[in-house]
Amino acid sequence: MKSKLNFLEHYLPKIVLAPTFLIMIIFIYGFIAWNFILSLTNSKLLPIYTFSGFKQYYALFDSGKWWLAMENLFIFSSLFISFCLAIGLLLAIFIDQKIKFEGFFRTIYLYPMALSFIATGTVWQWMLNPGLGLEKLLIDLGFSNFTFDWLVDSEMAIYTIIIAAVWQSCGFVMILLLAGLRGVNYEVVNAAKIDGASMPLIYWKIIIPQLGPVFFSSIIILLHIAIKTFDLVIAMTKGGPGFSTILPSMFMYDYSFARNKLAFGASSGMMMLFFVMIFVVPYLYIELRKKN
Amino acid sequence: MTKTNNIQSILSRILIYTLLIISAIYFLLPLFVMIITSLKDIDEIKNGNLLSLPKEITFAPWIEAWSEARIGSETSGIKPFFINSIIMTVPAVLISSIIGAFNGYVFSKWRFKGSEVFFSLLLFGCFIPFQVILLPMSQTMGYLGLSGSVGGLIFVHVVYGIAFTTLFFRNFYVSIPNELINAARIDGAGFFRIFFKILLPVSLPIFMVCIIWQMTQIWNEFLFGIIFSDADTQPVTVALNNLVNATSTVKKYNVDMAATLIAVAPTLLAYIISGKYFVKGLMAGAVK
Repeated sequence: MKSKLNFLEHYLPKIVLAPTFLIMIIFIYGFIAWNFILSLTNSKLLPIYTFSGFKQYYALFDSGKWWLAMENLFIFSSLFISFCLAIGLLLAIFIDQKIKFEGFFRTIYLYPMALSFIATGTVWQWMLNPGLGLEKLLIDLGFSNFTFDWLVDSEMAIYTIIIAAVWQSCGFVMILLLAGLRGVNYEVVNAAKIDGASMPLIYWKIIIPQLGPVFFSSIIILLHIAIKTFDLVIAMTKGGPGFSTILPSMFMYDYSFARNKLAFGASSGMMMLFFVMIFVVPYLYIELRKKN
Repeated sequence: MTKTNNIQSILSRILIYTLLIISAIYFLLPLFVMIITSLKDIDEIKNGNLLSLPKEITFAPWIEAWSEARIGSETSGIKPFFINSIIMTVPAVLISSIIGAFNGYVFSKWRFKGSEVFFSLLLFGCFIPFQVILLPMSQTMGYLGLSGSVGGLIFVHVVYGIAFTTLFFRNFYVSIPNELINAARIDGAGFFRIFFKILLPVSLPIFMVCIIWQMTQIWNEFLFGIIFSDADTQPVTVALNNLVNATSTVKKYNVDMAATLIAVAPTLLAYIISGKYFVKGLMAGAVK
């Protein structure tokens, strides 16, 4: 009886993890493999498992719309990440000046994170709409020639999505950077102060370089958000005007679920995974090695 | 301290607070605009501007958004979808958090050969773009008979939430000294006894972080919602998007804003009430 119990006790940790192991093998790695197989077929409305090579990928690389989506993703992610880091850093530095009501300000800067992208998109679409939004407000305030119609301008619409996305996510970056600032080694900072260095110089030369790892994590998290962005565009522009604000996530959804080109959609999904892996695999490798 | 230094420090204080307050206004503006727009009638919206306060406060847009507005083919308002989201979010959050707690316990305190590799592989699951699993998942949901049901959505959210919840608990339990665990083991305490007697009592902060995170993620999720639900099982995010995009003759911005506020209320309240713990937890996790 005793040995049986010990036996069970010995395997218990593995038994507890078993369901998660199965879930991971099937729903993460198995599904990625399944999706890859789909991308090598000719499936349209329904999956057909006859191999047709890398045809879908050639079609994808020939598709102007796919490259437009990639270009938009590049514009979107680079500006989204830059502004989130810049604003997040400024807010974190200001909040770190031993101010009163710190919790109050932190709560205000972070609350947009609790909102869905659909809600964020809905309110920013309302504020930026040319007829009754910001444009009308400024005209009412006396700027009679003010125009702000980026939302319906196919050249500029992508930037309205950046505005909304930055508003939603920069508070989160602020929290990460603030945590980083609190972990900075202040002995060096105090020594520099005694030497008469000015605060901006101290921040630029001593404190910010120490935040390297936090910046690195923030960039990975933001990039991940950017690649997944879908609902924000749906709520603000639906990819329009025309296809001017289409992103790879929408491209995949559109071909897989609206245009019934399963295999083609699957190939775009694989490409999205590929781009995520380029950044995330080295990141995870470094993080996990650091911990061990 | 000399007098000029004093003036300088007062000036820099003023500058800091001014910038903090301006930033606060920037963050609060959309919420403010949502609230005042939802309380105006449509004529007032057309004649006024974004920031003009309602001359006559009306709750009609809220009532319309809640129970009368047209969503799809029904004039049901957002209410049934709000309920769908509750039915979906509560079990999905609880199940994924409980599984995450046990997983995190094993990954931190009962390591075995290969457990670190397993954890790394699982961690990668936090980062996959869901577009790469959507097609296999929709096939599988069909086979399992879960397509278009709230149960199916709970299933998907649990499956893809486990990687995150495991990460939260693992990182938290790693910081609890092993000596405590080892002493209990010598006293003959087993796997579950150690968990329930030693770890669970100190787990409140991490449960708070995990539950708020999962609740926000699942309540706000849209992609799974739009693909794996039917007209009557849609979560509130999908219904909100349908309501806002409804092709009616007059655009009812006030109803849109009221519906948006209703849709964000649960996560916003959760954040305001318990956000302090969440921020603390985030900050503790970020410095690692």
